[in-house]
Amino acid sequence: MARFWNKIGRVAVTSVAVLALGAAAHAADTIKIGSSLSMTGPASFLGDPEGKTLEMYVEDINANGGVNGKQLELVIYDDAADANSARTFATRLVEDDGVIAVVGGSTTGATMAMVPVFEDAGIPFISLAGAVVIIDPVKEFVFKTPHTDRMACEKIFEDMQKNGISKIGMISGTGGFGKSMRGQCMDVAGNYGIEILADETYGPKDADMTPQLTKIKGTDGIQAVVNPGFGQGPAIVTRNYRQLGIDVPLYQSHGVASKSFIDLAGEAAEGVRLPAAALLVADKLPDDDPQKPVVTGYKTKYEETTGEPVSTFGGHAYDGLMILVEAMKRAGSEDPAAIRDEIEKTQGFIGTGGTVNMSAEDHLGLDLSAFKMLEIKDGDWTIVN
Amino acid sequence: MRKLMSNRLAVPAFLALLVVGLAFVMPSNFYFRVAALVWISALAVIGLNLLMGFAGQVSLGHAGFFGLGAYSVAILPAQFGLHPVIALIAGGAGCALLAFVVGRPILRLKGHYLAVATLGFGILVSMVISNEAWLTGGPDGMPVPRLALFGWRARGADTWYWITGGLMVIGALLAVNLVASPTGRALRALHDSEVAARVVGVDVGCYKLIVFVISAVYASVAGSALALVNGFITPDAAGFLHSIQLVTMVVLGGMGSILGSVVGAAVLVVLPQALTVFHDYEHLMLGFMMMAFMILLRSGIVPSLSMLIGGRRA
Repeated sequence: MARFWNKIGRVAVTSVAVLALGAAAHAADTIKIGSSLSMTGPASFLGDPEGKTLEMYVEDINANGGVNGKQLELVIYDDAADANSARTFATRLVEDDGVIAVVGGSTTGATMAMVPVFEDAGIPFISLAGAVVIIDPVKEFVFKTPHTDRMACEKIFEDMQKNGISKIGMISGTGGFGKSMRGQCMDVAGNYGIEILADETYGPKDADMTPQLTKIKGTDGIQAVVNPGFGQGPAIVTRNYRQLGIDVPLYQSHGVASKSFIDLAGEAAEGVRLPAAALLVADKLPDDDPQKPVVTGYKTKYEETTGEPVSTFGGHAYDGLMILVEAMKRAGSEDPAAIRDEIEKTQGFIGTGGTVNMSAEDHLGLDLSAFKMLEIKDGDWTIVN
Repeated sequence: MRKLMSNRLAVPAFLALLVVGLAFVMPSNFYFRVAALVWISALAVIGLNLLMGFAGQVSLGHAGFFGLGAYSVAILPAQFGLHPVIALIAGGAGCALLAFVVGRPILRLKGHYLAVATLGFGILVSMVISNEAWLTGGPDGMPVPRLALFGWRARGADTWYWITGGLMVIGALLAVNLVASPTGRALRALHDSEVAARVVGVDVGCYKLIVFVISAVYASVAGSALALVNGFITPDAAGFLHSIQLVTMVVLGGMGSILGSVVGAAVLVVLPQALTVFHDYEHLMLGFMMMAFMILLRSGIVPSLSMLIGGRRA
């Protein structure tokens, strides 16, 4: 019995120590900024590079004297893409940690769950998630850095217009990404005089899309095909597309903008076009491109520090942090409302995602130039003008 | 003391005191929010404990009911303009009906087969919620209108602390009454031995169904409460992992203990918040502490401790 109580005692001591550590006092005279990211779980491919980027650059900024003469302190939590815990961490950042601004929210779900907390508390929040609902309608304290799937559709349609294409087929994945982008493409097609003659879908685990593509091939008058999708689906579509000998151009989305797509699709990827952020083709940008120094700088630093290939997601975190830091410098104070006003006034900020010009009506501030139209040639990306 | 412990109102009264007492020592809204999350989880866990701890049936799909409750207060007001409170009741009633229909065939199964059937049900619900984007907003989730009663809008973590705390105490009160009733005795009988229960005239299938329906309503109400507190809901609430989390809370706190349900919920909600200081080792620590609890307090935190205390005194 005594041994048992001994054990209980030990467990109790550990627990108390844990709780006490949690409540440990924080150093004064620093500027606290917060973040809740999906560093583990199903969206860790977003949250992991984002977290590493934030930590890397906060350290960098502090080494160079901090902001307004004060050191930055980054409070970072892992919400594992769970909206409920994101919400709890948001409350914690505001109430307990007392942060003055937040850069975070890897997924749209987590972001939307956090929005009311920051709106109520009046804390500026720069989200790193994709969907357009985050900033449309505009919310006073909410901003975001990644381009939207609507813009990807517009970029594709713009390229089609240039090439005299007006009648297209669509084959979309039914996952969150494909579904959302399909809707946005349908929505904006009319603005570019584009008619969608065939609209097919495939499930996230399908291993063969020949039937859907055969149907598209059989539809009269199709001049191009768009494939909104994510993961390995688009690679299968691309392979089937070539197997069926469809000879009209194939457009993929920014969702497959990574080397692994070319590896998966192999030779079939030749000639595929897609919109992507400049970061992907950092070394191929012309020297006079204003983004060149920013993207090559970020790419080099990220790859040297972490030893992993750079991803556009980490780039979004870089943009968010830098927009915030610039705004804090301009505001010259730690008042969240003043910082919010300055974020909204961001003009001509050049980040990894493009040139940001925010306004009271636009809390994203990117235009279509943020995307480069790429074509795959000889197993590598080339920039199309 | 013993007399007090054996009074069946002791546990709900203690919980009510706890809710009131804690409110005086909460330093900030963050703590109110965490406590509100504990009360919500506790409500769902009390319901599941009736099924697992008293009737001895396992459900690995309870987050399905939780999710349905949550989405009913999101969808019904948005699509049909129903008041959130009516939507909450409608969600509970809908879940009761669904549990009745689904439960009849499912509860004929035993052991692993029952577990797999409920698992399938839970996955089905979460798939429907993630795929019917026109209705539920899909994987990105949907907003939930704020609760307003007679022109008074419920917002702020402290308000929700009281509402969810109240719901949890009512839930505990109903549960202890159920356990003390003839139905409760029948349930415990079929937990110990279905054959013996049948021999003494307990309609086994009927009682299993009753408790399955009741626990589904608990989960649904808890889900509705969570959706209203957060003002936003994603399909995670109905996901498989959440089902597992609920079952873990039951086992950790102690099967067949109402107080244990609250303790189990509290441990699993508060620990991840307390462990954030360990960053990368957070999950390792969480797993380690849960193992420690289960090895040292084998039949759950509350029953093991009360056995120890009771044993020493006797």
